This record gives sequence, structure tokens and C-alpha cells, in this order.
Amino acid sequence: MATAVTKPPRATTARGRRRTGATPRRLPYLLIAPAGLLMLGFIAYPVLSVFYYSLQHYNPTKPWRNGFAGLDNFTKIFTDDPHFWGTLTFSLKWVVVEVSLQLLFGLALALIVNQTFAGRALGRALVFSPWAVSGVLTSAIWVLLYNSQTGITRYLADLGIGEYGTSLLSDTGTVFWAAIVADLWRGVPFFAILILADLQSIPGDLYEAAEVDGAGRLRQFFHITLPHIRDAIVLSTLLRAVWEFNNVDLLYTLTGGGPAGVTTTLPLYVAETSVDAHNFGYASALTTVAFVILLFCSIVYLRLSKFGGDSK
Amino acid sequence: MTAAATRTRTAPADGATPPAQPPEGTPPTAARTRHRAWDEVPRWQIYLPLGVYLVFTLVPFYWIFLFAVRPAGSTSLLPWPMTTEHFEKVWTERSFGVFFQNSLLIGVAVLISTTVVALAGGYALARFDFRIKKGFMLALLCSQFVPGALLLVPLFQIFAELKMINSIGSVILAETVFQLPLSMILISGFIRNVPPSLEEAAWVDGCNRFRAFLIVVLPLLRPGLVAVGSFAFVHAWNHFLFALMFLSSQSKQTIPVGLNTLMGADSVDLGALAAGGVIAAVPVVIVFAFIQKWLVTGFSAGAVKG
Repeated sequence: MATAVTKPPRATTARGRRRTGATPRRLPYLLIAPAGLLMLGFIAYPVLSVFYYSLQHYNPTKPWRNGFAGLDNFTKIFTDDPHFWGTLTFSLKWVVVEVSLQLLFGLALALIVNQTFAGRALGRALVFSPWAVSGVLTSAIWVLLYNSQTGITRYLADLGIGEYGTSLLSDTGTVFWAAIVADLWRGVPFFAILILADLQSIPGDLYEAAEVDGAGRLRQFFHITLPHIRDAIVLSTLLRAVWEFNNVDLLYTLTGGGPAGVTTTLPLYVAETSVDAHNFGYASALTTVAFVILLFCSIVYLRLSKFGGDSK
Repeated sequence: MTAAATRTRTAPADGATPPAQPPEGTPPTAARTRHRAWDEVPRWQIYLPLGVYLVFTLVPFYWIFLFAVRPAGSTSLLPWPMTTEHFEKVWTERSFGVFFQNSLLIGVAVLISTTVVALAGGYALARFDFRIKKGFMLALLCSQFVPGALLLVPLFQIFAELKMINSIGSVILAETVFQLPLSMILISGFIRNVPPSLEEAAWVDGCNRFRAFLIVVLPLLRPGLVAVGSFAFVHAWNHFLFALMFLSSQSKQTIPVGLNTLMGADSVDLGALAAGGVIAAVPVVIVFAFIQKWLVTGFSAGAVKG
């Protein structure tokens, strides 16, 4: 109660850890207030307004049609949208391929740089460095590499590999893998850093004990390393999957969703619908559908992270 | 027997020594001993895959550097003779000098605001039990699944209401908000690792809570704060969509938007694009070189696990 100021402040934890009288009960609320208000205003409110607009026809360029739409937008998405299923399928394909390759290479890389070897510090710094590079800069770099006239294919063609004038980004057959490789370049260090952090928390005596028992390296990996970092792998994979699903920087700048729309993800499609076509109502409905998909992921994520329980 | 083959530097490899007991002079933590069991890995199994991966990592960096410094029209694979023509052109003609200032301002402002707000909230989450704590934590976790990109339109409307469109403040605010949840989760994890007894001792000595926090807790949080702060800076420096959407005049734009403009030009000036890319990379590379070691330890504080 807000009026309870005259009450003696009670111990704020069940364990009675804090017995100082200097702690008003309002303090924790004051401390989380700035963050809470910012998130209410700039995350919660926009989310709610997206839900609201998803039930509206709302297009500032066609004001005569604006008004309550009921479930029209959603019906259209699932039955009458030539792009929705294609972009959703591409999004899922993108996320699955990208995240599993990132995990695979990231795990291998973390295991390697967790060894003791000469030049380890430098090796780690170099291998992790693309982590700090933005999606747009990644695009800029790979646009230079993939350029058909002056890019890497030209020099490979000099060596007799491939053909001159190969344009990996404008061919619908190669653009997917070209974009995947570009995003891998930046994404693998993320996994490597997180997994390495977890590898370092494994007590060394576990390995020593296993060694005394005669367990080989492969068995040590499957019986000590993998169980120990399982949680970290599960969590970073899910976080990354959501991030990859939502991220539009790279594809927007590298391929622009093209050629011929074959690399348009659902969020890119939403951005096109709302920003270019000004169809806010319909874009909001698309966003809502994307939210539901992500909410499903969130629930899985919270279950796996044993939210509220003691995870470790 | 594999143990006999292991040449460890810190302990006799003799199986007679109980392995769980750390040898004298070595801290009992895993820090020193953890790699011993893997020492038998043949060197080539480390250097060969690492070398291959390094080629994949470094060739793109080399490529952009090469294009940035070699004269237009050259096809040499060596960065010689060097020229600064592309840098001069991009910095003045393509306004990267202005973009650089804007990006720096946004990055530093986001760093400060995120760290301060997240410190306050993180402290509350780590040190108090209060009624809405669980709900608040849940909201933090869920908000990580809310994509900023899908909220562009409502955010635009909010900033239009606040008369903040085309003001750098809108980008600072938006980037801060989307950095907050993760930063707060991380920081509360770091604070939880500081024993409360340290703070309590300071209270006994007559410090109030705030002073005790400043004197006792804050110095111990340094590695964690460096990780969180640089995270926020790098994110704000790199992020693209908010600036693209909320800032309309050229003089307010940021480096990523400038890069995108260079890429979108009808005939891409590759030299200018590469020079712009190098300019975009320099600050994050410096930050990265600085925090790289703390990044891994910052995460291993168990923070990512919530």
C-alpha cells in the first residue's frame, strides 16, 4: 500500500538477509521505475497498438477505407496473400540453416580455442572479431567480395575455378547460399563466444578424473563437455533463432529481398508492406502472426531455461 | 594409459596423485588446470582448422581494406601503392564526417543511459524481493522476443506525437529501450555474484545504501559493466533501421545509413564503399580489441543463464 509509510520497514527478503532499517519498501520500485516506464512506453504500448491496428483497415494513403476490419486482415493473410507463405517458408529455412550451421561451427571453434596452444590470445581475438561488425557493414564487405567484375569470383576464375562474370547475388540459384555464408561470417563468433564462456566453467578435475578412468577424448566430450554446456547451447540457439528471424539489416542491405523476392523474409515483407506500401493495418496483422510464432518460441525458451527455478 | 602420456606442467602426471586435489601453488579453481586433459591434442588438429577458419574470417576484412586503399581502377591484390582518395571523398563528399559524429553521439549516449538505467533496475532485481519481481523478470525475458523491426510503425507514430522525428534523441531513446532488458538481466546477474555481506559491512560502518553501492559494489562490477556498456555501444553504433526510419535529414544520419546509401547508388563506387566500411569498422574494432578478453569472462559469470 502506498500509504503504509508509517509502518516499520520489514525485512525485505525471506531469508532475513537485510535487516537495515534504511530500506524503504518503495526503493526497489523506484529503482526499476525508469526501466519499467521506458519499456511500457516504447515496447508494451507499440505491441498493443500493433494488435489494435491488426483489426483495422488503416492506410494513410487511402483514408476512405480506414475503419474496423474484424478478422479481414487475418483471413486475407492465410487465404489470399501471394507472399505470406513464401516469405514465412523462407524465414524458417533461413533460420534453420543459419542457426544450425552457426552452432556447428561455433561449437567447433570454441572447442579449438579452448585448447592451450601458442598464439591462443591472438587466435581468439581474430576469430571472434566479426562479432562486432554490423549487418550493414557485413553487407558492404560481401557486396565487394561478390561483385561480378572485381570480386573474389574474378580472381578464382583467374585460377580456373568458376567462370568470369559470376554474380552470386543476382542469381536466384546462388543467392541463398551467398547470403548464408555472409551471415555465417558474422554469426559464428556469437556462438563461439558464448560456448567458450561455458566451456571455461567446467571444472578441470572432471577431465582429470575421466582420464584416470581411461576415458578417451571422444568419450570425455560426450560425457563431460556436452552435458555441461547443454543448457548454454539450448538457450543461445533459441535466442539466436529468434534474433535471426527478426533481423532484417543484412538481407535488406545485401539482397533487398531479391532477386525476384526469393530472399524476402516475413519481417522484410512486413517492413515493405508498412513502410513502402503504407498498409499499416495489414502489416500489423502480419506482425501479429509473427508475434504468435515468436511467442511459441518464447514459451519453449522459458520452459527450457526453467524460468523461476534454480537453473544452476 | 592416457594419463601417463599427459605431460602436464603444473602437476606430476603420476596416477598416484589423487586427481581431484589441486597441486600446490595452483589455485583450486579450474582456471589453471582445466586444459590439462586436452593437452594431448596433436598440434595440427588445432592449427589446421583454426588456420582454415582464419582465412574465412580475415579475407573479407582484407578485401575491404584493399579496396579502400588502392587507387580506383587498380586490380592489384596488394594494397600498394596506397591512396587516401577514397577516404577523403567519403569523409567530405559523402558526409561520413558528419555521420561519424552522429553515430558516436548516439553510441555514447546509449552506452551511458543503458548502463545507468540497467544498473538501477539490475540492483533492485538482485538485492530485493518485491511483489512484481517475477512478473518484471518475465517481461524482461519476453521482451527479448519483441523485434524492433516489426514495431517501426507504432514507434514512428509515438515519436511523431512527441515531436521527436528527425531528432537524434528518438534514436537514442529507441536503442536504449531495446538494449535495456538484456543489459538488466546481465547486470543483475553480476550484482548477485557480489556477496551481500560486503555491502552489509559498509552499512555497519555507517554508509548508506547508495554510498555502500558506489564504494563496494560498483568497483567489483567493472568487468561486467564494461561488457554491458560496450555491448550497448556496439549495438547502437551498428544498428540501422531506427536511424533510417526516424531521421530524415542527411545531416542527422548515421554511418550504417550512409553505407546503405552508398550500396544503393546506381553505380556503386566500390572504393568509396570500402572506405566507408573501414570508417564504420574502426570504432567497433577498437572497442572489441579492448573488451575481447572480458567478453568471455563477462558471459561466464553465469549471466546469460538468467
